[in-house]
Amino acid sequence: MTDRKDNAKLKGIRHRSIERVLIIISTIFAAVMLVLPLGYVIVQSFSKGAAFYLSAITTENVISALQLSLFAAGIALLVNTFFGIMAGILLTRYSFRGKQVLGALIDIPFSVSPVIAGLSYIMLFGRTGWLSPVVDDLNSLTGLGVKIVFALPGVVLATIFVTFPFISREIIPVLNAAGTDEEEAAGLMGAGAFTVFRRITLPHMKWALLYGMILCTARALGEFGAVNALSRTRGETFTLPLEVDALYLSGSADSIVAAFAVSSILVLMAMLLLVLKTFTEYHMNKTGRS
Amino acid sequence: MLSVLILIPLASVLLKGFTLSPQRFFEIITEKNVICAFLTSIGCAFLAAFINCVFGLILAWTLVRCDFFYKPFLDGLIELPFALPTAVAGITLSKMYSDTGFPGKYLSAIGIDISYTHAGIVLAMVFVGIPFVVRTIEPVLRKLDPQYEEAAHIMGAGSIYTFGRVVLPELGPALLTGFGLAFARGIGEYGSVIYISGNSAKAHTQVVSYVIMQKLNYMDYEGAAAIALVMLVISFLILLGINLVQIRQSRRVNDI
Repeated sequence: MTDRKDNAKLKGIRHRSIERVLIIISTIFAAVMLVLPLGYVIVQSFSKGAAFYLSAITTENVISALQLSLFAAGIALLVNTFFGIMAGILLTRYSFRGKQVLGALIDIPFSVSPVIAGLSYIMLFGRTGWLSPVVDDLNSLTGLGVKIVFALPGVVLATIFVTFPFISREIIPVLNAAGTDEEEAAGLMGAGAFTVFRRITLPHMKWALLYGMILCTARALGEFGAVNALSRTRGETFTLPLEVDALYLSGSADSIVAAFAVSSILVLMAMLLLVLKTFTEYHMNKTGRS
Repeated sequence: MLSVLILIPLASVLLKGFTLSPQRFFEIITEKNVICAFLTSIGCAFLAAFINCVFGLILAWTLVRCDFFYKPFLDGLIELPFALPTAVAGITLSKMYSDTGFPGKYLSAIGIDISYTHAGIVLAMVFVGIPFVVRTIEPVLRKLDPQYEEAAHIMGAGSIYTFGRVVLPELGPALLTGFGLAFARGIGEYGSVIYISGNSAKAHTQVVSYVIMQKLNYMDYEGAAAIALVMLVISFLILLGINLVQIRQSRRVNDI
């Protein structure tokens, strides 16, 4: 009897010690792979003093890059929120032929290399692209000299491309789980389509939508590969990550520190978005359980 | 809208790839440095995805089953590689593990070079891939009832045996999906890899994305499109694999 008890106790101890080992492994992994790089960016960016840091993040190039980054992320957020909601509703509330195909197609930007995304826009709108005659015709008709590749529209388009799936992906499971009962009831009671959306569908997916929007913003701010292929002029069509790249590759000790200083802005924004994300996650779990 | 933004641009790459004569196409993709780049990308991404599965499983396990005071903090950190711009991650990792950074200084003192070698590429891919594995395993693990493990335990199974025969089969599909996602991400990765890889053709540390970008910079659109075409096919195959795993899983769950 006592023997068995001891045995069980021993197993309990062993179980707990395994748990402790697992926690330690996780902690070390997270510390080395995740926390250390973060700290390294901050330490590096201040390695030449606060004055150097301030001057490094207030150069003309950096400010224009910051503006462009925020602008592109803003447009991408607007466009993707609108189409994300549309796609989400379309895929959960209506049935039509090819629905599954559409669902799979939305996820494409996840699995395609961002460089290929950039390349595809060059193929389309570049000098030898399939649509470049159309753009030229439109330009000669309207008298506007709109350029897409290697200009602002290209950067915005590339940003939209890589962040396309985030919002619809987050709201589709929530819309599926919420079901259509309440919407149908409201419809029967005479509510218009927009009222149903505003009063019933939107409150259901509120937090999921916010969550998707945060992910979308984070990815849009940080996009590098796709934008890199489509942008050539520093100080004009460079986003913050591209500015970091340019500074880092100039190679002098000063510019590398400056690259880290600019990176620290991006790190700060990323951390802010992570905190926001954790906050919405908390609310999602709460509403999910009730 | 979807088609305008995504399908037409991608189709134009396909078209461009197909307008090349088959002979020219094979010439481009069998160039020595292109083949090397594919081998490097696929090999490193595979290794990185495997490492991610091991650590991702441990991380997911501790996040679901264990309790410790900084768990919410650790939980929030998992998404860091996702929120951090890849270029920032790239320059940071490459500087950290170069022979002047910390801990690279000490590692190279004992003869381990990470920056500008394949180890560096794998490291960067592990960094960007880890959230995919953790976040696909986590929900499945959360739903998994500990009762089965307890039952196995009471019947006298050891921890390793229980894990191998009870837990792992349940997590298998999620683990495979996470592996596929991390693998796909690793193959296509650009920003975080190009700094740490050194991009030397001689040491075979160029990745496919870098070669495409290089061809773009030389205005060699044909070459870029041909390589992109091969890469698109690879990522579609991975995507298809993931979908098959998921379909099989849902079928099995519905059977029970």
